[in-house]
Amino acid sequence: MSKVIVVTSGKGGVGKTTSSAAFAAGLAAKGHKTAVIDFDVGLRNLDLIMGVERRVVYDFVNVINGEATLKQALIKDKRVDNLYILPASQTRDKDALSKEGVESVINELKKEFEFIVCDSPAGIEKGAFMALYFADEAIIVTNPEVSSVRDSDRILGILQSRSKAAEDGKTVKEHLLITRYSPDRVEGGDMLGMDDIVEILSVPLIGVIPESGSVLQASNSGNPVIMDKDSEAGQAYQDVVARFLGEEVPLRFIDVEPKKGFFQKLFG
Amino acid sequence: MGLFNFFKKEKKKNTANLAKERLQILIAHEHADKSKKSPDYLPKLRDEIVQVIRKYVHVADSDVNVNVENGDDYDVLELNITLPESAK
Repeated sequence: MSKVIVVTSGKGGVGKTTSSAAFAAGLAAKGHKTAVIDFDVGLRNLDLIMGVERRVVYDFVNVINGEATLKQALIKDKRVDNLYILPASQTRDKDALSKEGVESVINELKKEFEFIVCDSPAGIEKGAFMALYFADEAIIVTNPEVSSVRDSDRILGILQSRSKAAEDGKTVKEHLLITRYSPDRVEGGDMLGMDDIVEILSVPLIGVIPESGSVLQASNSGNPVIMDKDSEAGQAYQDVVARFLGEEVPLRFIDVEPKKGFFQKLFG
Repeated sequence: MGLFNFFKKEKKKNTANLAKERLQILIAHEHADKSKKSPDYLPKLRDEIVQVIRKYVHVADSDVNVNVENGDDYDVLELNITLPESAK
């Protein structure tokens, strides 16, 4: 049975595409045949984050319109076996995504892939709605910041009331992924802590990604950050994938690293 | 200097707690709004009711309360008017 997973947030710039790329690459690296779809029609970026921007020939909208076959549009990743990318169109607008069109592409992908990861655009308009409509599970990407938490709550409301699962009387399994987390600032009282965010949104936590320079380095070079096995962010994403696949993995990088001693603080 | 900073830091406001409180209030409010599903005509209905009542008794805007409650398979339109003392 294949699974459709939407990576969504409501708010922009919180790390949806970074997380989609990392999550899909992580699933594939563990031997699961995975396709990741960019739903941000008009503003595609998943191709760039995954380093395949120069290999895009056909896109998602071409497939929906019958201008290309799915096979022609899917880009096979050269670093990880089992990983395929379906880019968004750069020239059309989000109305190019029809419910029937998206459904037929997802159904065709289901025949061949174990996991279908849908990278949602920001907002709550058509593109975001289409990305979440067919989802079996959802990863809600949230920054420890008031507007992001509020928007996540809005998206959760839409998942629970307007997704296909909701229409069929079922539920979308929800996972909370906190990104750009700074344990130092949480301890200093400047940043919402992970427990507070979980309490406010009441969604089970699948992982916490620390604020890390390696995320920008990864996007600069077009490699999903999960491949940077030395970086904290990369390791935290690996934990996310393991938890998603049912392993029990303790949270890492959530506490302040010991630095100054008491006397150093007092006189330093 | 270090000693001063040490004490100053203790006094610094914890804005994360403030963020949490604000979010909890806001989200509770937004959820309540959604579940209430008040019809759009409610404010207009309320204004017109106030106008009709004022033909007979003078009431302030705040004395008229219109509310819709959603039951399982019925909705209740609740109308609450507080008459001024002199009207009795």
